[in-house]
Amino acid sequence: MTEPTSSVPIGVAGRDGTLIEGPVPPAIDATVEAGLELKVRSQWSYARMRFFRHRLAMMGLVGLVILFGAGAFAGYVAPYSYSEIDLNNILHAPTTIGQHYFGTDEIGRDYFSRVIWGIRTSEEVGVFVAVVSSLIGLVIGAIAGYYRGWIDNILMRITDLVLTLPAIAILLTASALLGQGSQWRISFILASFFWTGIARIVRGVFLSLREKEYVEAAKASGAGDLRIMFRHILPNTLGPIIVNGTLAVAAAILTEAALSFLGFGIKPPTPSLGALVVSGQTNPQQWWLTVFPGLTIVAIVLCVNFVGDGLRDALDPQQRRIRA
Amino acid sequence: MLTYVVRRLLYSIPVLFLSTFLSFIFVSYAGNPLAQIRQNPRIPASTIHNLIVQNHLDKPVVLRYFYWLKEAIFHKFGDSLLVAQPIWPDITRTLGHTAQVVLLAELVAIVIGVAVGIYSAIRQYSAFDYTFTTISFLGYAMPTFWLALLLQILFVDIYLKWHVRIFYTSGLNSGSSGSTWSLDRLQHIALPVATLSIISFALYSRYMRASMLDVINSDYVRTARAKGVPEWRVIMRHVFRNALIPIVTIAALNLGAVLGGAIVTETVFTLDGIGYYFVSRLGTLDLYAVMAYLTVTAVIIIAFNLLADILYGYLDPRIRYD
Repeated sequence: MTEPTSSVPIGVAGRDGTLIEGPVPPAIDATVEAGLELKVRSQWSYARMRFFRHRLAMMGLVGLVILFGAGAFAGYVAPYSYSEIDLNNILHAPTTIGQHYFGTDEIGRDYFSRVIWGIRTSEEVGVFVAVVSSLIGLVIGAIAGYYRGWIDNILMRITDLVLTLPAIAILLTASALLGQGSQWRISFILASFFWTGIARIVRGVFLSLREKEYVEAAKASGAGDLRIMFRHILPNTLGPIIVNGTLAVAAAILTEAALSFLGFGIKPPTPSLGALVVSGQTNPQQWWLTVFPGLTIVAIVLCVNFVGDGLRDALDPQQRRIRA
Repeated sequence: MLTYVVRRLLYSIPVLFLSTFLSFIFVSYAGNPLAQIRQNPRIPASTIHNLIVQNHLDKPVVLRYFYWLKEAIFHKFGDSLLVAQPIWPDITRTLGHTAQVVLLAELVAIVIGVAVGIYSAIRQYSAFDYTFTTISFLGYAMPTFWLALLLQILFVDIYLKWHVRIFYTSGLNSGSSGSTWSLDRLQHIALPVATLSIISFALYSRYMRASMLDVINSDYVRTARAKGVPEWRVIMRHVFRNALIPIVTIAALNLGAVLGGAIVTETVFTLDGIGYYFVSRLGTLDLYAVMAYLTVTAVIIIAFNLLADILYGYLDPRIRYD
């Protein structure tokens, strides 16, 4: 990614496509004379085009809008409340009668509604963790990469430490000890460990770009550190940040589900897709209790990953199309 | 090379100390392991008092870390905080079981993943390539616990329906004890191994494919073809060998994730591995057992990362460590 610039010679068109006063190069004159329309495109509009042409990404986006839409409007979409108990309909198989599309659980709660509310919880966790950890990672990575020195050292040592343990073990310990409970608490714990990945990426970009001529030029013309960092270097890191932020949504949702499944995550009554699978484990003969919440997790993560891959291909064309 | 290894080893010692120190502070500040005991009216106050004195629970946390460190180094992590039995035998036993499952799973995942990666790269954009791309996307999106549970339920159903025992769905052996490589043991660990290898397979096949494509398009491969080297020889000798190098690093870095996956998988299959041990001890806030797990896994992961770097330098002479 480079600074968003116009694809035609500078002095003709600004970033937003409006014409700027100045001498008009002959090639453009000829185009206009020939009666052809001249459309100015920025790097971002190229990226947008690449993204919208990415078939898998568009499929993922549509799926995500449907799933997250259902979660966001759970109150309208779900036919029942997630905690409404109906002891006459215990462990009922999926049926359209009474709108129990996904059946009912061991105390007769409508499973479809519980899954929809579970999506809402996953969505909150995923988005919160992605946004907060990206912001933390961005600031720390920028400072470490720009100033280097001790802060860079501390950052890299913390990353080393985090890398010495399986992520889920750290998170399990954290949530077992700091207290499980609401989705916000879990999100906070996840975010406080997820930022290291983004910080390292941002740091890498800053380390290489701070030596570039345009940064030197900005410095020479009297720009302050903050202006150079956020105005000149930061836009170049946005591509990787957006891509990794998107993939962090998927990782956070998967991690939250695993924590809740093990009993160290979100506590009832808040419905969580991971915790829902537990009732499938205790009732293995009732397949719908296992299959539906699990499939929903797979669908969400799959869609997020498709969108993430599409964004990577659109924003970050040099990077290989492979995910760790 | 030797100086590099020595330097890395020396460097990992402070990392390990810092990591255990932070974990210790973290673990001891957040939970009171005695809260549960205090609620039990049958345990007299004097016992609790003894526990506090024995474990120095009334001392400042930094001091307690050094008490713990002494126990860990000289008495192999000492006794468990709550059950008054030594931790080390539990750790070695469970770690042995986990090692069997994890290494078998990684072996299966790497062999199949590399084979699929090679074929996908040679036949890029073929039906085979697309099929396995889809499978690996599913593998990335699959929660480990859910996959484990599906396999478990499937084989329980098969048993209940046709009364044939293909694979066992929980535990490690049918009897109270069994040998490490008996058929009975393999029937027990087959499903945990399958779970872990399906998840890792996605990673290896994708990386192998990308790595192969990288090498196939390089100049020396074109040169080899131009010289008239037969295609299979180009693939096996010139491409495959070089494409395999990054996989070594990936496999070592993936170990942390696999150990994490083992926590979940062992819990689902109630397998007596170190991950299950960790989760059950975490549930009772058994401080010293949790610390033992965190320390042992940290040592293993640091060791494997070092091994990967050394192997990488050995396999790829372009890499030089000074």
